[in-house]
Amino acid sequence: MTTQNRSVIIIGGGPAGLAAAAALRQQGVEDILILEREHDLGGILRQCIHDGFGLTRFKEALSGPEYAARFVDTVQQAGIEVMTDITVTELHADRTVVATARSGRYVFKAQAVILAMGCRERTRGAIQIPGSRPAGVYTAGIAQAYMNLKNIMIGRSAVILGSGDIGLIMARRLTLEGASVKGVFEIQPYPSGLPRNITQCLDDYDIPLFLSHTVTAIHGTKRLTGVTVSQVDSSFRPIPDTEKEWTCDTLILSVGLIPENELSKMAGVLLDPRTKGPRVDEHYQTSVAGIFAAGNVLHVHDLVDFVSLEAERLAESVGDYLKQAPADEEAVPVEADPELAYTVPQLVRADRDLTVSCRVRRPLNRVRISIWQNDQKHVTRRFRRAIPAEMIHLTVPKEKLVPGEPLKVVVEHE
Amino acid sequence: MMNKQTALQKRYDVLIIGSGVVGSALARELSRYQLNVAVLEKELDVCTETSGRNSGVIHAGFNNKPGSLMAKFCVEGCLGYGVVADEIDIPFSRTGKLVVGFDDEDRKKLQALKEAGEQNGVPGLEIVESDVIRDKAPAILGEMALYSPMTGITNPFLYTVALAENAVQNGVSLWLNHEVTAIEQVDDGYQVQTTQGVFESRWVINCAGLFADRVARMVGIDDYTIYPCRGEYLVLDKELGSQLPLPAYPVPNIREGGLGIHLTPTTDGNILVGPSTDYIDEHTDYGTTRSILDLLMREGRKIFPPLNPSAVIRTFAGVRPKLVSRTTGGYADFVIEHRPETRHFINMVGLESPGLTAAVPIARNVISIIGEYEDLRENPSFNPCREGILSFKDQTPERQESLIHENPDYGVVVCRCEGITQAEILAAIRNPLGVTTLSGIKNRSRAMMGRCQGGYCQIRIAELIMAEQNRSEESVMLARKGSRTFVGKVRPS
Ligand SMILES: Cc1cc2nc3c(=O)[nH]c(=O)nc-3n(C[C@H](O)[C@H](O)[C@H](O)COP(=O)(O)OP(=O)(O)OC[C@H]3O[C@@H](n4cnc5c(N)ncnc54)[C@H](O)[C@@H]3O)c2cc1C
Ligand SMILES: Cc1cc2nc3c(=O)[nH]c(=O)nc-3n(C[C@H](O)[C@H](O)[C@H](O)COP(=O)(O)OP(=O)(O)OC[C@H]3O[C@@H](n4cnc5c(N)ncnc54)[C@H](O)[C@@H]3O)c2cc1C
Repeated sequence: MTTQNRSVIIIGGGPAGLAAAAALRQQGVEDILILEREHDLGGILRQCIHDGFGLTRFKEALSGPEYAARFVDTVQQAGIEVMTDITVTELHADRTVVATARSGRYVFKAQAVILAMGCRERTRGAIQIPGSRPAGVYTAGIAQAYMNLKNIMIGRSAVILGSGDIGLIMARRLTLEGASVKGVFEIQPYPSGLPRNITQCLDDYDIPLFLSHTVTAIHGTKRLTGVTVSQVDSSFRPIPDTEKEWTCDTLILSVGLIPENELSKMAGVLLDPRTKGPRVDEHYQTSVAGIFAAGNVLHVHDLVDFVSLEAERLAESVGDYLKQAPADEEAVPVEADPELAYTVPQLVRADRDLTVSCRVRRPLNRVRISIWQNDQKHVTRRFRRAIPAEMIHLTVPKEKLVPGEPLKVVVEHE
Repeated sequence: MMNKQTALQKRYDVLIIGSGVVGSALARELSRYQLNVAVLEKELDVCTETSGRNSGVIHAGFNNKPGSLMAKFCVEGCLGYGVVADEIDIPFSRTGKLVVGFDDEDRKKLQALKEAGEQNGVPGLEIVESDVIRDKAPAILGEMALYSPMTGITNPFLYTVALAENAVQNGVSLWLNHEVTAIEQVDDGYQVQTTQGVFESRWVINCAGLFADRVARMVGIDDYTIYPCRGEYLVLDKELGSQLPLPAYPVPNIREGGLGIHLTPTTDGNILVGPSTDYIDEHTDYGTTRSILDLLMREGRKIFPPLNPSAVIRTFAGVRPKLVSRTTGGYADFVIEHRPETRHFINMVGLESPGLTAAVPIARNVISIIGEYEDLRENPSFNPCREGILSFKDQTPERQESLIHENPDYGVVVCRCEGITQAEILAAIRNPLGVTTLSGIKNRSRAMMGRCQGGYCQIRIAELIMAEQNRSEESVMLARKGSRTFVGKVRPS
């Protein structure tokens, strides 16, 4: 088997992969190959037929496919090489990429590899809902794919567990297609989806949202016949005698997304237990030299606009990396305030402009979030309300940064 | 619809009721002879009940009472398992097993197990100290252990499926979705009523597992009651798999009627934690419960500290067909009987653990009973070999290359977690038993079994099933009759 050499291989042709490719080409990088396992480019956006994409980036409300089409067009016009219907099955630390397609087995060796494989959904098993195992239990993303890509109707009456954005969108979608959605149940005392989706997908359709509630049992041996829902206490334990039975033939789980990290792990890329994606520096380079990551494979994003921006920042660094040996400033950690769930990047070398993305652990009112180095405050943003559903971004120009000094991201209550 | 007329044309020498591992092993053993054999199964696939819901351990035979059928057939089944596994191409690994103890009390019990095992004829049993435990399974805790080198692990689905497929290849008829509802004794045998017509046969063998007492009652044998006793499990991600090279059990508490909550590696590299032992009311209530899942986590950690909630990818339960009630506790021996008043009806009840291990010897025992009445002649065209579905990801790169060249479907990865290709899924859909449920395809191909539990591939598999068999959305079943996966199209197309 012959090995083909490439400058850059991008694994995944969703918004992250496409934006990275287009930006690299703009910098004059010639030899780029995108590998995508689906027949069409666009990633998860292909199934997001609702609008609300691109408000930040294009200042218009586009549907998922429309948003993706803009990047697909750019990539095609730039003549960037794309292979679809090909699945990457192996990635090695020396940047060897193995992939299979109907036309055969391929081995590539790249100077730089960009991970852009997106994410996967958490399942029933992962959250261990007890009960029987009937048909009719779907994760929200699968439900969305069945309905929007395959024209398959999954049920007539649904309960939705988890208030993630995709679950909220599916509540509306099912209602529009004539199913009755009994309610959305969320274990946390606050919703995990964006406020705009609560308004547009639930409130506008009179679908009730129950906070501090969870599904405690699943019923039915053939098709789902119903679920038991209980209220939970502050440590998420079901409160006795609050059980209520809900009749439904469908349970939709919208209980979180996890970066797709099979290939990352195979290559020996170190993962951050908080994001469950690779640990990166501000170049979006992972612990393995020459392997970079952006988009949902790195950390789960709320808005696709930020995925594109992140991938473009990554492309800038990959362009530099191809021209010269990697920066040898030592990487130092970014310390996250205990109120924050995580930060990306987790490390900084202080040799380029820095964007820190983070999320709060719980809703906070009237806070300031700042980036500090030693006694120097580089940037501060004030929030009337910061919520876990919304990713927060802070930027610091390179000139302000001091190499070798750890950064702190600090949350202060006003 | 099948009317009585056509159904009555279905006359057999031997009718087996139930296609769990015992019914399937019996079907295969019977196909070695010149007999007209059929299996009646109420579900849409073999292995839907207990045979697909257990630890998958091929027990060595030291847990069973000396002199019992359980002991005899378990030891025979274990020693002979390698040959059968080779013939029908299923995974089997003689991993050995540790029963770990912590104090002097435990040491005495382990010693007693060892002695019972030796009486049963189990080879190689040894009491070992903590250094040996550390050596064999560094993550397992224990001061001392009984080490059994003969114990192994298998894939219970594939075992049952492979036995049934080999039987069918050798001429046995398998009637899925045929529930036996009544049996009538007639001159030269039995008339067997099913939900899809009547069958006649000279011999009828009761292999109905959890429902064996009900089937026995159909011929008037009413002195058995099966007490369903549920065992719940956690399935762990492969990530922890490498830390458990062999099954690790605590010292069993005999009265409980189970072997204690243990840790078992699967032949695919996952780990099972369980089973619990709880008597329940309904025979096929396979639901799992919060309190037991928590108990499994706590108990499992006592011998395997790396166990943690984030490693759990799914849960399931199996139900033991016990002949002893909650108050009696413990075990009753297998019942395998041929009563004078129900001539040519072989009754088997209470085939709980180690029924998986013992299935082939049980089947041979049934044949020896039949042989007392029939002149059994060998089937000259019997072929003991059955081929499983080739696993693409286990092939060398060169072989993978040529496989894709021969059949491009090998180049299409459908299940990302387990690396299963479209060629393998299609082979599973075109299985010799004609099973078309999503679970059936999953159990045969391993697709949808990984950490995303079908998140990526279920859609593709459902589409392949519909395309291959020209089916509508509404007719795609998850596992059981009526387990409709979809309700139709979103919009008419
Ligand atoms: C169901 C869903 C609904 C959403 N709704 C909204 C919304 O309403 N508004 C909004 O702004 N954002 C929304 N988002 C977020 C936004 O769409 C995502 O953040 C964005 O699509 C992530 O882009 P990505 O390129 O990182 O990943 P993806 O879009 O997931 O793309 C990853 C690509 O990689 C390919 N791939 C993966 N593994 C391999 C491999 N081994 N070999 C080859 N190819 C591979 C995949 O097929 C896929 O095409 C939603 C996200 C999801 C999951
Ligand atoms: C939790 C648990 C763990 C176990 N672990 C092990 C182990 O590690 N090792 C081991 O050796 N053994 C183990 N066992 C025991 C083993 O699984 C069983 O002994 C074995 O599977 C029994 O097989 P069977 O064919 O008798 O029953 P089943 O698998 O129950 O098959 C009976 C079949 O009959 C069908 N049927 C019933 N009624 C009718 C009807 N009226 N008409 C048509 N069809 C009918 C059913 O649908 C079913 O398919 C375990 C059991 C349990 C519950």
